[in-house]
Formats: sequence, structure tokens, C-alpha cells
Amino acid sequence: MLRKLTLIAAALATLAAASPALASGKAKEHADIAYSFEGPFGKFDQAQLQRGYKVYREVCSACHAMKLLSFRNLGDKGGPFYDKKYGNPNDNPMVKQLATEIQVPDIDTETGDEMTRPAVPADRFPHPYKNDYAARAGNGGALPPDLSVIAKAREGGPEYLAAYLTGYEAPPAGLTVPAGQHYNAYFPGDVSAGWAGDKHHAPPGGFVAMPPQLADGKVTFDDGTKSTAHQQAVDVAAFLMWAAEPKLEERNQMGLAVMVYLILFSGLLYMSYRRVWKNESH
Amino acid sequence: MSGHSTYEPKTGIERWLDARLPIVRLGYDSFVDYPTPRNLNYWWTFGGILSLCLASQLITGIILVMHYTPSADHAFASVEHIMRDVNYGWLLRYTHANGASMFFIAVYLHMFRGLYYGSYKPPREVLWILGCVIYLLMMATAFMGYVLPWGQMSFHGAVVITNIIGAIPVIGGPILTWLQGGFAVDNATLNRFFSLHYLLPFMIAGVVILHIWALHVVGQNNPTGIDPKSKHDTLPFTPYATVKDGFAMSVFLILFAVFVFYMPNALGHADNYIEANPLVTPSHIVPEWYFLPFYAILRAVPDKVMGVLAMFGAIGVLFALPWLDTSKVRSMRYRPMAKLYFIILLVVCVILGFCGAKLPDDQVIPGLVTGITPLDNDLNSWVWLSRLATAYYFAYFVVIMPLLGLIETPLPTPETIASPALSHPATTPAGATADAEKKG
Repeated sequence: MLRKLTLIAAALATLAAASPALASGKAKEHADIAYSFEGPFGKFDQAQLQRGYKVYREVCSACHAMKLLSFRNLGDKGGPFYDKKYGNPNDNPMVKQLATEIQVPDIDTETGDEMTRPAVPADRFPHPYKNDYAARAGNGGALPPDLSVIAKAREGGPEYLAAYLTGYEAPPAGLTVPAGQHYNAYFPGDVSAGWAGDKHHAPPGGFVAMPPQLADGKVTFDDGTKSTAHQQAVDVAAFLMWAAEPKLEERNQMGLAVMVYLILFSGLLYMSYRRVWKNESH
Repeated sequence: MSGHSTYEPKTGIERWLDARLPIVRLGYDSFVDYPTPRNLNYWWTFGGILSLCLASQLITGIILVMHYTPSADHAFASVEHIMRDVNYGWLLRYTHANGASMFFIAVYLHMFRGLYYGSYKPPREVLWILGCVIYLLMMATAFMGYVLPWGQMSFHGAVVITNIIGAIPVIGGPILTWLQGGFAVDNATLNRFFSLHYLLPFMIAGVVILHIWALHVVGQNNPTGIDPKSKHDTLPFTPYATVKDGFAMSVFLILFAVFVFYMPNALGHADNYIEANPLVTPSHIVPEWYFLPFYAILRAVPDKVMGVLAMFGAIGVLFALPWLDTSKVRSMRYRPMAKLYFIILLVVCVILGFCGAKLPDDQVIPGLVTGITPLDNDLNSWVWLSRLATAYYFAYFVVIMPLLGLIETPLPTPETIASPALSHPATTPAGATADAEKKG
């Protein structure tokens, strides 16, 4: 029996190994970050999510939308501004305050004209541009991607995002960076077009339209954490992971209960099986 | 479902109903009194596990539909709405998405079980063919389901696969237009895939009923491959098989739960969290893991039409297997040569899976350039590995199976199922049966 289970486990290990094998591996390997939400008992670090939200709000949101998120999500269980006094996040004063700071487009119901008003928790995060054409026009032709699920939409997840955000290295000698582009060692692209040397030994990484955004001291953290570019990158990546997978904590908690139940239930069934088959050879 | 019924209605209501609709009798004969060979091992529990998978997919799927919007403009956001705003929506979606993978793990083990123990041989040909039909329907359902979230891999996967069908001579073009609902994959495609994705599971359920019916007519095969000869060879389905199946299902659910709760996206692709964009093609389009071997076979053949035929042929050959295998002995326990070729087939299928995930021209052994380039590809490339593996895959069914039955000398099979099962392995005179017993 054990042998068969081992066989099944081996087959599954092969399966799991096949998935990461899909990554192309032309970029620099990103560093491992010990995030609090990793592993079966992982939880988000609320202070980190708050710092991350601040980085998003003050830096990223100038160009990047997060159209799947509403302000109320910030006060959801497990969210950056969750307060157990306010089961309904729409009542959370912190969330209300954060929403009011942002203007969102609306229609004046008296006149039918377009207008803006301070957001309420039920509002979605506003788009920084009126449409994709405006977004491209403002960014040298490149469209800044929506960040709602970006942490799940990139191989390597938040660790890759953090590495990417601080991965703007000086281009190695012999590499010509096209105008309006920037060299990033962690971006899985192809730099061979700008590479003067041996085609088989082109440097890792790729060219991206976004210039480096994070810098030491660019964002002031309210909790007194030293605001290095690295810290900003790690925190905003954690925030983006929460945004992409807001039910992670709930999932881990339920997973524990389910595992305990299933293991006990399997044990009971195994004992029943032994008992039923006790006098029968097979 | 067949044979002599031993059901005796005990209460008045049961007698009344039994005279009008003997449904309790059907259930009793099929799942309580039904005689099962006493020597079934754990590889025989996957039938029950598969029923569980189908039920799980149907239930989660029907609830997901209550929240999903089948529209090119709203599908992606509605899936995210399920993940964020629907109570336990994340659980429903992750169970459904990983449930597809679990379904395929179970069906592959179930099929390899059938291949090893000769469960396709007379009188179980129709049972086997119905199983192949279920497998085909499952593939169609899984493919269409993967398109519904309308992510990048959904969209471009749909483009690649529908165009494959378009390559079929004469009928391919009209089928392509019919599948896509227009001249390209778009909203019309999404809507018809959604409709068919809802329809096909019920067709699967229908064929499953036929599959179980056929099973109950011919009876279960067993690890020795010999037919039960007396009552000593069998045990009633309940409680003997039910408790064993129940234990196996519970263990299977542990594995299922590990994926759902702790690595829900491990079997998926990151690109499918990017909303579909016809203007941006992902750098590397790959299907879900359970299609990778067939994808490798498709790409192994240099000619597009022949590649499509090879891919469908890889499934089609399974339908002909009952007549391709010429051996008189069912179980490979007693077929030492067949067992060897079967193990190679297993390895080859896994290799094909890896080939399907890699870029065809990438090197298998990094850094080695052989300089030998038959068919314009270096010998040290995934495409050549998949060519060799594809050749073995077809050779196994079309050459090895027919020949082996003629040239192989099988080991002696036991007289009855009960004889090896009742005797202690050490006292069995022919070492072969004892050995095989241990290997299950």
C-alpha cells in the first residue's frame, strides 16, 4: 500500500516539476524574500500591506490602474486596513478617509455633465487615464498593465515583482539600450537586438518602457520603517500579492481544518476497512 | 443490473414500489449485492474516485455558472468577482479548476490500470470503448472550460486548437467556422464554448451510466485477469468494496485539498491571469498539463495535417486496442515481456508530457550540439525526443501488442482467483504468482 502511495506521490512530483519547467529562464534569477504569507500557515503582515498601499497610491497609481479593487476591499478581513470593530468595511473610518482623499469621475445627476467627487468605500480605484490610448500616449506608446492580479500573472509572483522594481542595473558594456527604453536584468525579455557581442552570451534581462520608479526616501512610511527603495519594492509587492489573492488567509485557515478532518476520516475508514476485511483473504 | 437478483422487499412500501418501478432493486443489485472479485487492489478504486470527481465538477460548476458572465468583455472580471466577492467563490473556483487536473490524474491511472491488467480484452471491449468515449468527452470539456476565464492562455490556446481542427482536409474549414462562430476566436466562440462546456458533462454522466451498465454485465476484471469461477472468488460490493473505495477516495481528497488550499495555481499558467488580448501573443503557448503528451505528438510531425492526424490517432488507436492485442492472457502479471514494454510506454508518456511543455528547438542536454540535423532539427532537441517517443507510442499499440501475443510465452496463471488469494505467498509453488501478488 505504502509502495503504491509512494508511486502516486512520485507521479505527482513529476507533474508539479513540469509546471516550473515552462519558465524560459532568460532573465536574472530573482532573490528569495521571506514573506509572512508563504507556507500553509501564512498570513499577511498588515503593517507591510499598509506600507505597500502607500507606495502604490503615491507612486504606481500615477500610471497603473487596479480596476478590480474597490476602496472597501482595503478594510476586508485580511486587508491592509481591516479593523475587527468594523465587520462591514464600508463603515471603517480609515477606509472612508483613504477613499475621500481620491477623486473619482461621476455624472452630475442634476445636469448630466461629467464631474469628479471624493470617493466612497464602494467606489472602485479610479483609472489614471481616460482610456488606453491616453495611457499609451502618456507612456511613450507602452500601456501600463493593470495591477489587480499582476502578482499571479507573473512567473515568480511577488518575489519577481520586487526584484523587477529594483532591477534597473547599469547596462553592461556593449549593450545599446533603445531610446525610451530601460534595461532591467530581471525582466524576461530579449536584449540580443541591442547586443554587440556574441549572440549566445547576451546579458540576462530585457528592455522595459517603465523607468526606475522607486528610490530611497521617495515614500515616507507612517510606521517609521526606513524607506529604502528595496523596502518599498518588497512592501508594494506584498500589497500586490494581497490584491491578487485577498482570500489567502481564509484559504490557509480552512485548509488546515480540511486537512485535519480528512486525515482523521481516512484513518477511521482505514480501520473500518481492516475490520471489514479481517476474515477475508485478498 | 444483470444476473439473478437477490433483492427481497421487506416493507409494504418497498413491495409496492418494486412492482411498479424496481429502482431500489436496481440499486441493491448494483451497489450492495453485486459480486466483486476478492483480489481487487487499490488500482481498482479509481472508478469510484472518478465518480467523485465528476460529481464535484458538476456541483461546483453549476454554482460557478450562477456568478459567471459568458461575454468577452466581462468573463475575466466575472471570474475575479467570483474570487473576491462571492462567498466561498475562491473555494468553488479553485476546486473546479484543480478538480479538472485531479479528474485527469485519476482517469490516467484508471486507463493505465486497464492497459496493464488487460481490462480491454474480451468480453470487455464495449466497456473499454465507452471509457475511451468518456475520455474524449472529458478532453473536449476540459479544453472548453479552460477558455471560459478568457485569460491570455485561454484565448491563444483556443486559437491554436481550433486552427488545428481547421487543418483537417475537406471538413476542417467548415468545422473551424462552426467552432469559432465566425472568422476568429471572439465573443461568439466564448459563448458556444460556454454552452458546450455545460452540455458535455451531462453527456459524460450519460456515458458513465452506460460504462457502469456494461461493467455490471461483464463483471469486473481483476489483477489475475482470470474470470471468477465460484462464490469463493467474489465478495459482495457492500461492505467490502465500498469501504475500500471509501478509504481510497478519502486519501485522494487529501491530495485534492493540498492543491486547492495550498497550491491552487501550481498546475495553471501565470499568463491566464492576464485578460485575453488578441493583439498580444504569449511568448510560449502551452496547454494544460494533461494535454501535453498530445501536444508533443502534434508538434513531432513536421507536416501540419499529418500532425493533427497523429494527435487524433493517438487517441483513436486506443479504440482499436481490444483487437490489436493478440494475447490470450489478460493480466500482464503473467506476461513478462508485455510488462517490460508497458513500463517503457509509461515512461514514454511522461517524456511526451515534458516534450509538450518545452520549446521544440531547445536542447534536451544543455550545451550539446550534435550537428546532425535530420528534418532540419538538431538531434539534441525536444522535437526529436518527442519524435522518438511518438514512434514508440504508436509502435506499442500497432506493432508490439499484436506481435507479442504471438511470440510471448506467458507464465502459468492460477486456477482460480481464490487460490493465490487464499494461500500464503511463501507456500505458492510457482514463484511467479507469489511474486506478482506482491507487485499488485
